[in-house]
Amino acid sequence: MNGVHDMGGMHGMGPVEIETDEPVFHAEWEGRVFALRLASAFHGKWNANMNRYAVEQMPPAAYLAATYYERVLFALEKLLVEQELVAAKELETGRAEGKASVPGILRVAGVETLLCNRIRARLDDDVPPKFKAGDRVIARNIHPAGHTRLPRYARGRRGVIDRDYGVFVFPDTNAMSRDKKPQHLYGVRFAAGELWGPGVSARDSVYVNLWDDHLDPA
Amino acid sequence: MTDHNDRHHGDEHDRPLSGPALRVKALESLLVEKGLVDRKTLDELIDTYETKVGPRNGARVVARAWVDPAYKQRLLADGRAAIAEFGFFGYGEDMVVLENTPKVRNLVVCTLCSCYPWSVLGLPPVWYKSAPYRARAVIDPRGVLKELGGEIPDDVEVRVWDSTAELRYLVLPERPAGTESWSEEQLAEIVTRDAMIGVVQVTVPAGSRR
Repeated sequence: MNGVHDMGGMHGMGPVEIETDEPVFHAEWEGRVFALRLASAFHGKWNANMNRYAVEQMPPAAYLAATYYERVLFALEKLLVEQELVAAKELETGRAEGKASVPGILRVAGVETLLCNRIRARLDDDVPPKFKAGDRVIARNIHPAGHTRLPRYARGRRGVIDRDYGVFVFPDTNAMSRDKKPQHLYGVRFAAGELWGPGVSARDSVYVNLWDDHLDPA
Repeated sequence: MTDHNDRHHGDEHDRPLSGPALRVKALESLLVEKGLVDRKTLDELIDTYETKVGPRNGARVVARAWVDPAYKQRLLADGRAAIAEFGFFGYGEDMVVLENTPKVRNLVVCTLCSCYPWSVLGLPPVWYKSAPYRARAVIDPRGVLKELGGEIPDDVEVRVWDSTAELRYLVLPERPAGTESWSEEQLAEIVTRDAMIGVVQVTVPAGSRR
């Protein structure tokens, strides 16, 4: 979706400010909501792509005003209700109207396995690649209303395949319908001038990870 | 006005919760009551990233690559397998390691969300997740680098890596001059999180032991 989360190239956001000796969490609730998200994801009712899409659906003004963990909270509440782990009324009142029927729950002993597999998206499927390193490609000029990992700044731009990373889950369909649609993932090199026009260094480039369904031969 | 009172009312536990803190507290109670989460496990998840997993992991990888050419070769060829040799807690990311040289600087960003190699660098700092960094890193990397670490000469190539997939990047910074006799452990101490994201270079801190 053409949302405010797709920030690459925007102006007016201000300077990058690094906080020295930054704590991992700035308030206790940040740690709690971070942990609640992981423990809730354990139930398998949503995947990482659905989680990102939930964050993207935060109303734009709220998204820009929110901190990272406020966005995490928004997405978690949304997914819990949409995937029927929690009823909307329960969320509103804070009172449980019954136990959830889930086969298991994340325990301390399961934490390491959960973290190891959290974002695993490589697949064993035997799918032929459409491109190889060195091929010239053009990123499709598409504007899906749903989730996509093709940033706006790269759409319609010409690049070169830097490398083929193998077969991966395709996030654009996995977020919308749990369709993994296995296909090759590439690193695509875009010259800075192709993306941003004159005034940038001719030496510089941006590498974007894109899938077969994002690319056409150029 | 009175010190005693101020200290008392300033105590975090006495302060009424508001906004997200209140919502998160209510959500946690609800999920525990519904049997969806376990409090001890939540504590463990928080403790993992507060005490067990952080940028010291990545620093050990970088230091080893600096002292062991065979390891560096493995790391650049297959980052995932070479980092797995350390056995970091919760490690499972598909990693790609990007080598800085005198002529190439690499910079990592996630413009669409905040993808970051948790098991190697811990959880990302606020600035990495912030709109200014996500917006500017791709269009004005030299401006960002200049503000944070110094100007990049014209003859150096800047490569920005936008983390749009489930691949995580680690920058292998250049080893600073004057550290030729240092041990792997000493080297690991000077490798910073920000250098492994690519916004600064590794430097020898003044007064650092040799």
